[in-house]
Amino acid sequence: MNKTVKNASEAIHDIKDGVTLAAGGFGLCGIPENCISALVEKGVKNLTCISNNAGVDDFGLGLLLKKKQIKKMIASYVGENAEFERLTLSGEMEVNLIPQGTLATRLMAAGYGMPAIFTPAGVGTEVAQGKEVRKFTFNGVEKEYLLEYALEPDFSIVKAWKGDSTGNLIFRLTARNFSPVVAMAGKITIAEVEYLVEPGELNPNEIHVPGIYVHRIFQGTNYEKRIEQLTVRKKT
Amino acid sequence: MLDKNGIAKRIAKEVKNGMYVNLGIGIPTLVANYIPKNINVVLQSENGILNMGPFPFEGEEDADLINAGKQTVTLLPGAAIFDSALSFGMIRAQKVDLTILGGMEVSENGDIANWKIPGKLVKGMGGAMDLVASAKNIIVAMQHVNKAGESKLLPACTLPLTGKKCVKRIVTELAVVDILPQGGFKLIERAPGVSVDQIKRATTGKLIIEGEIPEMVID
Repeated sequence: MNKTVKNASEAIHDIKDGVTLAAGGFGLCGIPENCISALVEKGVKNLTCISNNAGVDDFGLGLLLKKKQIKKMIASYVGENAEFERLTLSGEMEVNLIPQGTLATRLMAAGYGMPAIFTPAGVGTEVAQGKEVRKFTFNGVEKEYLLEYALEPDFSIVKAWKGDSTGNLIFRLTARNFSPVVAMAGKITIAEVEYLVEPGELNPNEIHVPGIYVHRIFQGTNYEKRIEQLTVRKKT
Repeated sequence: MLDKNGIAKRIAKEVKNGMYVNLGIGIPTLVANYIPKNINVVLQSENGILNMGPFPFEGEEDADLINAGKQTVTLLPGAAIFDSALSFGMIRAQKVDLTILGGMEVSENGDIANWKIPGKLVKGMGGAMDLVASAKNIIVAMQHVNKAGESKLLPACTLPLTGKKCVKRIVTELAVVDILPQGGFKLIERAPGVSVDQIKRATTGKLIIEGEIPEMVID
């Protein structure tokens, strides 16, 4: 089964105005750079974006924000982006902030075919407003849990380190982060990879996302891989 | 009175051999510098690392290897990488022994507020709500009073909560304080040169003082 497409613009050709789009990455680490550029170029609007973060002003999802292509952002932390502040304070964009583990697990639930999860994160806080609360005894302790629904994006875009033409994906280091659950949640999932190889070249024991979850795959180009916070120590 | 590094040094004494520990951003990150070399501790970073190492040497940084604060880091021998759902899975399942995080306010029943100031820009809670809702043991590293001189150890939090009844211990520039199961801040230790009266004045919530309060021992 060959899922290879030529490039990002072919991969995203049917992403239309108003869709819900999930993107992998943590900060700028492991973001689908090529797909984001193609979406900026295509100019699709009114997107609902699901991503842990919203990029920085001039990179990552920040590029879509700058062009006002995002109507609503679902994220856990957006502190790195000044344009985000302006758009939310002016009411030009809607924001739904949810706990990071809840976000990851709601995406996971979609990929695992579970409509909802129960999590203790946010119990007793404003995150719990309007949500069903149930008590469970788990690990020997009775606690309250919130019902949270699976997140089912119309499209998911992720970047992997290696992938084969059948869609199997392997991620590198912490560039894995949200990407596997984002990939598994999408009704249509697009993967861009640093190395696109033939079936049989990846070790089956090392696949992070099996190709059944991936609908289109392409060889990415010109990765910038920006570092948000360069922290180093001196050799002594 | 302790500076930030002093608070981190004192908290490092809470880290014991064999623990899996999650360190938050700010003072908690500094704790890693003071964990005794002769004990075995595994640092968890919620973006998907166990056995996280120190910052890389100049020129050896890797854009694909960062911590939850988006800083470049390294891996130690025996490290494991995993996705975000699994990372919060192990947090929820209480496999992580100790969580150290910063705070804006803590109440005398252990509620914590550390993610939102109404009227100011809201940046998001990140993983803080997940961590405080599930952690077995939470130590909060923070200043005893805010910039306006008001106590951050309160009868009840005034800011939107991150989690309820979860904080076990607070280490500030003035004191080590435990939250009692029935409520109340129990004074455990004074910072070097700080009097019990100073701590009383800086604490609005119910402060419980029993017997002589020892001064912290920090090397």
